[in-house]
Amino acid sequence: MIVAKDVGKHFGAAAEGVTAIANISIDVEQGEFVSLLGPSGCGKSTFLRCLAGLEQTTSGTLTIDGKRVDGPPERLGMAFQRDALLDWMNVLENVLLPADFNGARKRDFEPRARELLKMAGLTAFTHAYPRTLSGGMRQRVAMCRSLLLEPRLLLMDEPFGALDALTRDQLNVDLYRLWQQQRMTVVFVTHSISEAIFLSSRIVVFSPRPGKVIEDIRVELPADRRLAVRETEPFGRYARHVRGLFESMGLLHD
Amino acid sequence: MTESARNSPGAVLRRKSLPLLGAIGFVLIWELFCRIGHVRPVLLPPPSLVFDELAQSPLWFAEQTAYTLGITLAGFAVAAVLGVAFAIVITEWKWLHRLLFPLFVALNSVPKVAIAPLCIIWFGTGAEPKIAIAFLIAVFAVVIDTILGLRSVPSDILDLARTLRGSRWKVLIRIKLFCALPHLFAGLKVAMSLALVGAIVGEFVSSQRGLGFVILSAQGMFDTPRVFAAITILAVLGVVLIELVSLLEQLALPWHHSAARASH
Repeated sequence: MIVAKDVGKHFGAAAEGVTAIANISIDVEQGEFVSLLGPSGCGKSTFLRCLAGLEQTTSGTLTIDGKRVDGPPERLGMAFQRDALLDWMNVLENVLLPADFNGARKRDFEPRARELLKMAGLTAFTHAYPRTLSGGMRQRVAMCRSLLLEPRLLLMDEPFGALDALTRDQLNVDLYRLWQQQRMTVVFVTHSISEAIFLSSRIVVFSPRPGKVIEDIRVELPADRRLAVRETEPFGRYARHVRGLFESMGLLHD
Repeated sequence: MTESARNSPGAVLRRKSLPLLGAIGFVLIWELFCRIGHVRPVLLPPPSLVFDELAQSPLWFAEQTAYTLGITLAGFAVAAVLGVAFAIVITEWKWLHRLLFPLFVALNSVPKVAIAPLCIIWFGTGAEPKIAIAFLIAVFAVVIDTILGLRSVPSDILDLARTLRGSRWKVLIRIKLFCALPHLFAGLKVAMSLALVGAIVGEFVSSQRGLGFVILSAQGMFDTPRVFAAITILAVLGVVLIELVSLLEQLALPWHHSAARASH
């Protein structure tokens, strides 16, 4: 579905400026859950933004469904680190925003929006304003919003980075369930090793800036994942392996 | 202090009456100062004399106040509508901003009092020149704050709008305008008090009615209590008008309001 070949992104003038990513080549199949894992500032978010059509690549080719990315692709859902909810709209209106922006009648999508909110356990807050919600609840609303139009591609930029550990675990479980049911393609940016292993069918490890792909790891864990999977031996092996990569890059010292 | 204690009737009453207490204290000190110091009323009349003046012809004062209020509100309304429209147009089209904004700043730098006589030449001696002056003085605050507001949209929300492939119009009316509202209301409060200043300046230049005319004509006859009566009305009017904008703000931004209620 996604084909990236030697993708690079350079900010600023050719000689000066910053090279955020260089020579990224990844293929992502339809229905995969791919985590981009790397240290802060390694360009993984930049690559995601290129995928979303928010940034233009400066070298290489990047295609989605065979089409060159030159703007946000169709049927894209995106989740941001800060939930990017609109404070002046209540929860339901926020979830319905993609329909409104798409030129559709909001009323036609209201049943779907209510169903998503029910799944997220937010029915009681349908008409609440975002400011009255907790961080975890806000991020759930943002997830409902990104799912409203049944996206084929879901791009998530450290969506749970600002949440407490417990809420983060719960949202990991919820997201995994959701992906199992809907099987949309997900590209998920994170710097948490265990989050990446728990969620993904594949992990792409980035080096520090300029970001390059260090290793592409296929995660073979039971499809029916529960949080307890993190205490199993195979999970530990993946975690040790990824940690080893970070140590060899000089990012971790034991 | 707990939530319930803060919202008990007694506490609310204390909070609401505090500003009034400040005003009463100010008036008392003023009265005492005049009496103890035997200040001549033509220099500084005591508040009691000012209230006498008001009480002698309340209807006449009300009429003058209504005229000035009308000018102020008209100038304010024109400044709000045109100011917001101008701000939207120059933030939506960058080249218009480059073309017009420096000119706008330059025009604003001209003292409006200096333009006031021109307005009389252009618009005659009716209400229009005064409204024009009130507008000219008030509009800058609206434009500056609205531009600031329209540009205050967080970058992740702009990104969201782009990934949702929303039209420019949708982004403006669903996102930018709402982001601008808190800034806009800050500008409107300043504009309201400036419109009042503008109305008085207009009446100073040429008028047979209004509080500005009252002040000017009373000053000509050294009727200082009457000058102070008009000034007192102006002070109260200013407070009431600003409060009115605050009230409007609370109605227009219910999400802010509800957040304030929900916060602990």
